[in-house]
Amino acid sequence: MSDTDMTDTGIAPVKRPARWHILVFLAPAFLVYTAVMILPLIETLRLSLFNMVEGQLAFVGLDNFVRLFSDPRLSADFWNALKNNTIFFIIHMLVQNPVGIAIAAMLSISGLRFAAFYRSAIFVPTLLSFVIVGFIWKLILSPIWGIAPTMMDWVGLKWAFAPWLGKPETALITVSLISVWQYIGIPMMLIYAALLNIPEEVLEAAECDGITGWSQFWKIKLPLILPSIGIVSVLTFVGNFNAFDLIYSVQGALAGPNGATDILGTLLYRTFFGFQNQMGDRSMGATIAAVMFIIILAGVSLYLFVIQRRMRRYQF
Amino acid sequence: MNRMLKGLLFATTVLAPGMAMAQSANLTIESWRNDDLSIWQEKIIPAFQAKNKDVKVTFAPMAPTEYNSAVNAKLEAGTAGDLITCRPFDLSLAMFQKGQLASLSDLPGIGNFSDTAKSAWTTDDGKTTFCVPMASVIHGFIYNKKAFQEAGVQVPKTEDEFFAVLEKFKKGGTYIPLAMGTKDQWESATMGYYNIGPNYWKGEEGRKALISGSQKLTDAAWVEPYKTLAKWKPYLGDGFEAQTYPDSQNLFTLGRAAIYPAGSWEIAPFKAQADFEMGAFPPPVKKAGDTCYISDHNDIGIGLNAKAKNPEAAKKFLAWVASPEFAELYANALPGFFSLNSTAVKMNDALAQEFVSWRQNCKPTIRPSAAIVGRGKPNLDLEMWRVSANVINGTETADQAGAETQKGLDSWYKPAK
Repeated sequence: MSDTDMTDTGIAPVKRPARWHILVFLAPAFLVYTAVMILPLIETLRLSLFNMVEGQLAFVGLDNFVRLFSDPRLSADFWNALKNNTIFFIIHMLVQNPVGIAIAAMLSISGLRFAAFYRSAIFVPTLLSFVIVGFIWKLILSPIWGIAPTMMDWVGLKWAFAPWLGKPETALITVSLISVWQYIGIPMMLIYAALLNIPEEVLEAAECDGITGWSQFWKIKLPLILPSIGIVSVLTFVGNFNAFDLIYSVQGALAGPNGATDILGTLLYRTFFGFQNQMGDRSMGATIAAVMFIIILAGVSLYLFVIQRRMRRYQF
Repeated sequence: MNRMLKGLLFATTVLAPGMAMAQSANLTIESWRNDDLSIWQEKIIPAFQAKNKDVKVTFAPMAPTEYNSAVNAKLEAGTAGDLITCRPFDLSLAMFQKGQLASLSDLPGIGNFSDTAKSAWTTDDGKTTFCVPMASVIHGFIYNKKAFQEAGVQVPKTEDEFFAVLEKFKKGGTYIPLAMGTKDQWESATMGYYNIGPNYWKGEEGRKALISGSQKLTDAAWVEPYKTLAKWKPYLGDGFEAQTYPDSQNLFTLGRAAIYPAGSWEIAPFKAQADFEMGAFPPPVKKAGDTCYISDHNDIGIGLNAKAKNPEAAKKFLAWVASPEFAELYANALPGFFSLNSTAVKMNDALAQEFVSWRQNCKPTIRPSAAIVGRGKPNLDLEMWRVSANVINGTETADQAGAETQKGLDSWYKPAK
């Protein structure tokens, strides 16, 4: 073999065939996603800049937004919904995620009996339809037919029962906790997976250094699952500010009592589609949807560009 | 093979409905009365089709609270049925003004209705009627006769007697005095405020004064009914704040409650459920001998979609709805929906007769939020739902309720001077 032979073949550029298959494989998802998500989103944002002027849909710039924030009734409804939505989110962050992490931590203890059973049992509500969840809890908590007052009576706690869903002070907390009950499986699963990913060697090394039990969780495991907790928080944020279904099925579109459980989703529904004698106002509905989009976008950007960049990641 | 399959698909999907159309006209009725579906399918539509074999009628109801927005969207998209069930007053008027409902002023049989009956579906100038009136509903209280006998109480005529009866049931403990909840909000207004209110604002007198601007919702006549409603609170069942409309219906028909603040539309379902005798009484007056007022509300009509695909068949159906034959059929199939036809209708149901008998002594009126003052935003009807529920829950005083609703009204309504 001579050297020239080798160089000859090396010089000729390898002609790679166009990789059409990438486009072909991406196309279905891209087309479907565009048709059902991106186009409606753009259309909604566009509609929020239009309104009916003398029976014709006309471009009005930011007029709808000005009206949303300046009209005393609309703005009162909006701020009430935003406040309730924030409380809804805070309750999820304070209850759903810490409890989810705690359950995941317990499940990951090796040698726990029936771990697989608990794992599935806790995850099952997440798979249920919101209609079923709403209906079941409405029945459980019903002061007339509900099982909650009876069961509380068995343990002598009847006095503590109240029609929680009907009282303005407790309705929002109750609905939030129902939602927590339903969705707690998601943080549990994600954190559980993250905990299982922690290599044995790291934990063994920690044990050699005398770090066990609680301090092992706080000092070793928690820092390692922080990125997962971040993801869970973002998912909770997006899910909560998009929430609508559970409130609608438990409290109806009016989100009573007296708007105490009204969140952005239910406000959007009532405004866009109308309710009973109140006609739907599509432009204003689209405006509220646009504001929701902006709120969610801002929250997610804050996480992506500020928090996630500062988070320390560990490579094993 | 492939071509044959395509041909088959084409024939079954595109051609078949067209072929069916050629033989008979299909009419779809848009409605919010999903409770009445079986009655329409089993009694009313067969009666019409017995005479009109070439017309096929489908009754397509949906959830009441979603009806107006849904039917409006369908009308705008051109997919609505040929026949549209009409809400009374402002909502249907808005549809007519948008050109979605056709004028029915020259429909044969429209003369069978008095001007009062047509008022709910006639333009403000009184010239054009756009829906055939079907029925009105009357508010009052339905009571459990057995419970009244056991407690040894008489039907209350005045407000004091009413509260005395409630007190007696509360002391007795066997029955919940009043079956009503505030969770769904609308009962508080519809069965509460609109029910007892006319005695305070003197029916039509007050309603018209409100429209002309000479009375305000903050006046005593409009605030006092809220004060009375607030007094209902101790007589409602435990946890009434979370009690829904079906809960209340079930409590009463299971015989656990003594009195049910009602609309006459409850008669048919109650008859089917309850196994005890029921009676009814009109809202009690303040002092014995006062004129009584009742809410006799034009509630339901039926109109023609201006873009109907089978206008001729639809008009045939509407003319039949306007006939005395339909009036009798409907009033007896659905006792509690009282015919608006001028021809007297014979009703067989005793409870329904009881409701109708009040028309002889009491002055009828319609719900105050229905006409003219119900056109704007915020919607007065929805506002009244909310504040009535608040007043009963005790989270708002009667004066606040009056002030809030008036403020909402002031924000858009300027009475004609």
